[in-house]
Amino acid sequence: METKKYTRREFIRNASLTTLTGLSLPILSSCAKEEVEDFLQKHFHEMTEEEKRRVIEKLEQRYFQKYGKQFQISTKEAVPDMLWGYGLELSRCIGCRRCVYACAKENNNSRHDPQLHWIRVLRLRRGNLINLENSEHYYDPDLVPEKGFIYLPVQCQQCQNPPCVKVCPVHATWQEPDGIVVVDYNWCIGCRYCIAACPYKGRVFNWAEPKIPKEEINPIVHYLGNRPRMKCAVEKCTFCIQRVRSGRYPACVEACPTGTRKFGNLLDPKSEIRYIIERKRVFRLKEDLGTEPKFFYFFES
Amino acid sequence: MEAWRDILKETWHFYKRTLILVVTGTRYYYAWCLGLLAFIGAGFFFYLKQHEVGLIATNMNDLVSWGLYIANFTYLVGAAAAAVLLVIPSYVYHFKPIKEIVVLGELFAASAIVMAILFVMVDLGRLDRFWHMLPFIGSMNFPQSLLAWDVLALNGYLFLNLLIPVYLLVKFYYRKEPNWKFILPFILLSIPMAVAIHTVTAFLYNGLPARPFWNASILAPRFLASAFCSGPAIIIIIFQIIRKVSLHPIEIEDQALFKISELIAYAMFLNLFLLSAELFKEYYSQTVHVASFRYLFEGLHGHNQLVPWIWAAMTMNVIAFFIFLIPQTRKRLVTLNFGCLLIIIGVWIEKGPGFVIPGFVPDPLGEIYEYIPNLLELMVSLGIWATGLLIFTLLMKVAIPIVTGEFTHTKYEKETKF
Repeated sequence: METKKYTRREFIRNASLTTLTGLSLPILSSCAKEEVEDFLQKHFHEMTEEEKRRVIEKLEQRYFQKYGKQFQISTKEAVPDMLWGYGLELSRCIGCRRCVYACAKENNNSRHDPQLHWIRVLRLRRGNLINLENSEHYYDPDLVPEKGFIYLPVQCQQCQNPPCVKVCPVHATWQEPDGIVVVDYNWCIGCRYCIAACPYKGRVFNWAEPKIPKEEINPIVHYLGNRPRMKCAVEKCTFCIQRVRSGRYPACVEACPTGTRKFGNLLDPKSEIRYIIERKRVFRLKEDLGTEPKFFYFFES
Repeated sequence: MEAWRDILKETWHFYKRTLILVVTGTRYYYAWCLGLLAFIGAGFFFYLKQHEVGLIATNMNDLVSWGLYIANFTYLVGAAAAAVLLVIPSYVYHFKPIKEIVVLGELFAASAIVMAILFVMVDLGRLDRFWHMLPFIGSMNFPQSLLAWDVLALNGYLFLNLLIPVYLLVKFYYRKEPNWKFILPFILLSIPMAVAIHTVTAFLYNGLPARPFWNASILAPRFLASAFCSGPAIIIIIFQIIRKVSLHPIEIEDQALFKISELIAYAMFLNLFLLSAELFKEYYSQTVHVASFRYLFEGLHGHNQLVPWIWAAMTMNVIAFFIFLIPQTRKRLVTLNFGCLLIIIGVWIEKGPGFVIPGFVPDPLGEIYEYIPNLLELMVSLGIWATGLLIFTLLMKVAIPIVTGEFTHTKYEKETKF
């Protein structure tokens, strides 16, 4: 990492923040030092390696206190020549929602009040697919699959042209070089414009402080992925960035009992996802909105 | 040295007088201000709770992720933009009856913008990170994000609507002719800026293909049309109240009110016309995009919470249109005021909750959640409205005596009975 120059922008920021801090000294002095540090934390892209290291150290300590486990927080960057793509074979999905719960567990989602899920499985009566108004989100039979229905799992489609990134007023969300759309949870101001902009409901909001039972916490995390979040910041599926950047499959792919879910590098002509795109009947959800999802639904050819 | 002392003395005199003006008034004035303060206090108290536990304290959720706050924000941006309807006749056409009160209209716009900004602030989940949005200090996503545009446009408009009236009032205070070469460009700039703030606010919703209800190109014109109904309606009511209760008799002619009400008639016609154009397109073509309109006007899959509201709003708007269309009813204060009240409420429903909520229903995956604001959202909103009204009241308390010439520079003071 090259050493960064002291830009004019940084000067203006430092000068104004110093003034602001000075003016609000009486208030700040009543806060803990940690809170002041949190308040002044920079955008992930503007932190030096040293600053990132310090932030991670602080987070590891904080998580240890809160959850009693030693966390490993990675900031591993994207591998060159990678563009992740996802395949989902609709004819195989039985609607068991194992992916939904494996995802929540892997990604340290809030379990209750509110319960946050990054994957949502829609049940559609046979004969429907595009008009989702006819879908049932909260189906609850004793046994799946049910006769006369098909299941359509939906999660962040990792658009190549993501409307959520475009609307964010503060650059708190962006697309990584390997195509994954991530959020800097410490930079998000909680305006929820991205939630309004997403056509797939790929984003959920921490309406309250996330609640995760200590024994269910997953301590292997990525800074831009599944680290425990805070209240009133937005979050989303990252294709399990903590896993895929270390050569593993996303949790939902592993959890699926029917082999519905496929995953791979779109730039590698020999990958499974490329095989699927070239040989199966592939379509993308709401393709007409021009979002260019990298999430391919397919049927057997 | 001498000059400095004079300026200091004059400044002290000004502040002392301002303070006296603000703290003295009739019994009703005290009651009004204390009432507003009570609402502000209550709103602040409820907001603290929201700040403590997070936005879960509201009735919003992942389905309807914007609610009463953003609805009020939209309405108030429109109300602020409407000051332009006073600026054009007075500064461009030199229509005298309005020219005398235009300063008050601009201060009204400033108060409305302050309220609009406050509504965005309370809607933010992380108010502590507000500085991330500031240009140069944070990392504003300009020009990509329309919210960044809105921050700039609103603050720019606020600046203009403070600069212009404050400059003019200072000149009045010194009894000097304003330097029109200096201030007129700002006044003229405020006209396109008024259109701009509301257009940008419309584009904020408009640019989202995920929400077909908002993704209609007719949106910005509709916003402007409805704003030019509700804003002037509020101004007409406020001016009459000022005329009645101000201790310093201020000339607000009926002629000015009737002129404004004539403009409302045109605006309301446009508003109803644009709405019907949209309704025709949606209902005649019957695509899946009609769902939100169905939800709003007739209910969808048994969910019909907004239906009585929107029909009440439609009825009010149509009745008000006829009141303002017919000269006899427009030029009688009783019917005029009735029409204004109908418009203020009707447009609030139509472009507040009646516009924001159906955008989220059904949501992009077809789910329906019937949002209704809870007590906390209501109290915080009332607190912000009270804040805006208090700001406006205090501004009026100082501005009116300056306009009437009673509150003035020391050397003219003896001439007046102040």
